[in-house]
Amino acid sequence: MAIVYQKSAGLTDKQLHYCPGCHHGIIHKLVAESLVELGLLDDAIGVCPVGCSVFAYNYFNCDMQEAAHGRAPAVATGIKRTHPNQPIFTYQGDGDLASIGTAEIVHAAMRGEKFTTIFVNNAIYGMTGGQMAPTTLIGQKATTCPLGRTKEQAGMPIRMAEMLATLDGCVYAERVCVADMANLNKAKKAIKKAFQLQMENKGFTFVEVLSTCPTNWGMTPLKAVEWLKENMAAYYPLGVVKDIETEAK
Amino acid sequence: MTAKVTFDQERCKGCELCTAVCPKHIVVIDQDTINSKGYHPATVSDMSQCIACASCARMCPDSVITVEKE
Ligand SMILES: Cc1ncc(C[n+]2csc(CCOP(=O)(O)OP(=O)(O)O)c2C)c(N)n1
Ligand code: SF4
Ligand code: SF4
Ligand code: SF4
Repeated sequence: MAIVYQKSAGLTDKQLHYCPGCHHGIIHKLVAESLVELGLLDDAIGVCPVGCSVFAYNYFNCDMQEAAHGRAPAVATGIKRTHPNQPIFTYQGDGDLASIGTAEIVHAAMRGEKFTTIFVNNAIYGMTGGQMAPTTLIGQKATTCPLGRTKEQAGMPIRMAEMLATLDGCVYAERVCVADMANLNKAKKAIKKAFQLQMENKGFTFVEVLSTCPTNWGMTPLKAVEWLKENMAAYYPLGVVKDIETEAK
Repeated sequence: MTAKVTFDQERCKGCELCTAVCPKHIVVIDQDTINSKGYHPATVSDMSQCIACASCARMCPDSVITVEKE
């Protein structure tokens, strides 16, 4: 019989520590499959964040480097500048990238560092038990806003893809999700495109993936997928935010 | 065409994401089995209906599922 689908060669055999139904696992697979299909796995170097995906270095079947909280873009800058012909990526959550590491990601994008960032936005701090993130939606409950986030107290949630797209050094920014098969296919296409543009030395590339955290959202995995579609996708529009290739035409 | 879907049930966390994307609605949770993690794993109820689309396998966060056809 012919194999139609099996576990990606871009992943190790280690079992993931993520909660049941957590989208981190699906997003790992898409990154791994993209690297394999583009023939980039052997040369790839990934940089892990602090957050639930802190152990991602155990799962990707390529060289990986752990960074201090939020500093993955700074570490990736150093790796890319000393390994300019190799595919480099950071994998970061929203607490890591949009809160403690905001300066690092903004300046890496401004400098047009030629690596790819996979930004997993689950609207909460997962690892530390569900505190409000800069991405937490208005009205969404978290341990540090038990009655729901308010604009008056915490401002409006940050849209990182749009914000980074204003910088000339950022050549590609797209927001995707993996909530159903159609969106999962689009997410994989976006990740492959980002790596392709990186290998063409175009500049900084960014893929924001809306993701679930069933555990801290207090929902079953399937309910969390519905909640993402109804609430997150409404505030964080899916699609290409910036693509210098189409803009040049 | 014959299709074969296999589950590495020890890796499964019973999250049900695979059950929601099967166009034939044949991916189900096996309530009669418990793996060493303590979860009821997923399985296919009627393999003859499978079209080997691999949706279940591609959606699984834990790479539990292999799909084959001939
Ligand atoms: C310097 C420092 N400050 C704070 C923390 C605590 N901390 C660990 S993970 C985390 C946030 C993780 O959230 P996110 O990046 O959204 O990732 P997720 O766990 O949701 O995938 C925080 C605040 C830390 N480890 N180090
Ligand atoms: S706490 Fe949330 S983000 Fe972390 S592994 Fe569990 S479901 Fe995933
Ligand atoms: S391969 Fe497709 S049809 Fe077969 S069980 Fe999986 S989702 Fe259903
Ligand atoms: S998606 Fe994977 S882990 Fe979840 S129930 Fe199905 S086979 Fe098990």
